[in-house]
Amino acid sequence: MRFVVEFRDGELAEGLITSIRRTSKRKVRFMEFCGGHTVSIFKYGIRQILPPTIEMVSGPGCPVCVTATADIDKAIALALIPGVIVTTFGDMLKVPGSRSSLQKARAGGADVRTVYSTLDALKIATENPDKTVVFVGVGFETTAPTVAASVLQASEQNIRNYMVLSLHKVCPPAIRSILDAGEVKLNGLICPGHVSAITGSNAWEFVACGYGIPCVVSGFEPLDILQCVEMLVNQVEKRESKVEIAYRRGVTPEGNLQALKIMEQVFEPCAAKWRGMGEIPNSGLRLRREFTQYDAEAAFEIKTEPAVEPKGCLCGEVLRGVKTPLDCRLFRKVCTPENPVGPCMVSSEGNCSAYYLYGDNGGR
Amino acid sequence: MCLAIPALVKKVEDKEAEVEIGGISRRISLWLTPEAKVGDYVLLHTGYAISIIDQDEAEETLRLFEQIAKEVK
Ligand code: SF4
Repeated sequence: MRFVVEFRDGELAEGLITSIRRTSKRKVRFMEFCGGHTVSIFKYGIRQILPPTIEMVSGPGCPVCVTATADIDKAIALALIPGVIVTTFGDMLKVPGSRSSLQKARAGGADVRTVYSTLDALKIATENPDKTVVFVGVGFETTAPTVAASVLQASEQNIRNYMVLSLHKVCPPAIRSILDAGEVKLNGLICPGHVSAITGSNAWEFVACGYGIPCVVSGFEPLDILQCVEMLVNQVEKRESKVEIAYRRGVTPEGNLQALKIMEQVFEPCAAKWRGMGEIPNSGLRLRREFTQYDAEAAFEIKTEPAVEPKGCLCGEVLRGVKTPLDCRLFRKVCTPENPVGPCMVSSEGNCSAYYLYGDNGGR
Repeated sequence: MCLAIPALVKKVEDKEAEVEIGGISRRISLWLTPEAKVGDYVLLHTGYAISIIDQDEAEETLRLFEQIAKEVK
């Protein structure tokens, strides 16, 4: 596939690795925010290739993982309302809520369908005019504009039985929260690639300027990540902190203005609860008042019992980069992808799942 | 979850496009990238093109890697 295979070239990788090894003198800790990066880093064994001066920690950038248990409970409660079809992305199905999961609700007779795209959810809505189709929207800035577009499309095509439960989150406030907490000292941030395709790399200026931490936006192929690390190391050694892009084919400083406009038109910022990080102001997206008719929270009185967190699960600490899955007593013994205790094991981009699948490449 | 893959735009019809991904064709939405045209590669995420791949930048980056590989030898 073009723009993929070229960025997996072994010889070019050697060059970047040698360059990193020669330049890196100071001991540093870099965090990859994004779960997609975590998967690539583990899959390609990048942690092992890097010199011992560089420590890598994984951050909270998996939308499924950071969804609060109370919000999962809400989605399950919606699925149990007669006449409702809940649609969502595959990874959400197995995430344990307090007492059940969407998958268990489905086994119990609820109409829960996984879709690849909101376009599929809109189609289900047109095919089922007597039902209400709720799309459970999880995702960061990469996904939120696609969900916003689906709402505009529903409005344009007069599809009245389509709604969204917006559990969307935006990344910058979460990064600020991690930096302010000061639990993990970072010398560099590998900024999310496809979030930045929408927001633009300018979104990270506050990290580089305000916190003095070098920032480089990365793509997802091994050469992208190596280039990103090389650029971070260069900044560290030169004692600089600025925002750079190691993914210029996909990301610009300004981002996708059309997508930002659509997202802004449909959603407004609100406080949101993140697993392991609590409530973070302005880190969520809710539907604007003009779009209330598409807002599942406004349409239904969703009743849930107080949330119960999975016992013994360290997802919160893992997401903050304070602990690794290897610190969790349940890891591999009780908690596996087939039988996940926490969301970090469910999601294909969760840290626990990455450690499970690519363990030998994992924590050194 | 923020996964996006390159897809080649084959046909554009209003706000939709037919794209090819590794030999397979798909219909996608261009709501977020209305300026996409035939011959562009887009980054495809959950049925929507979220950005247009800058082919010149891609080549420029690969040239830079080649230069680094030569320099460190
Ligand atoms: S291994 Fe399982 S129980 Fe432990 S932190 Fe990860 S998801 Fe939670």
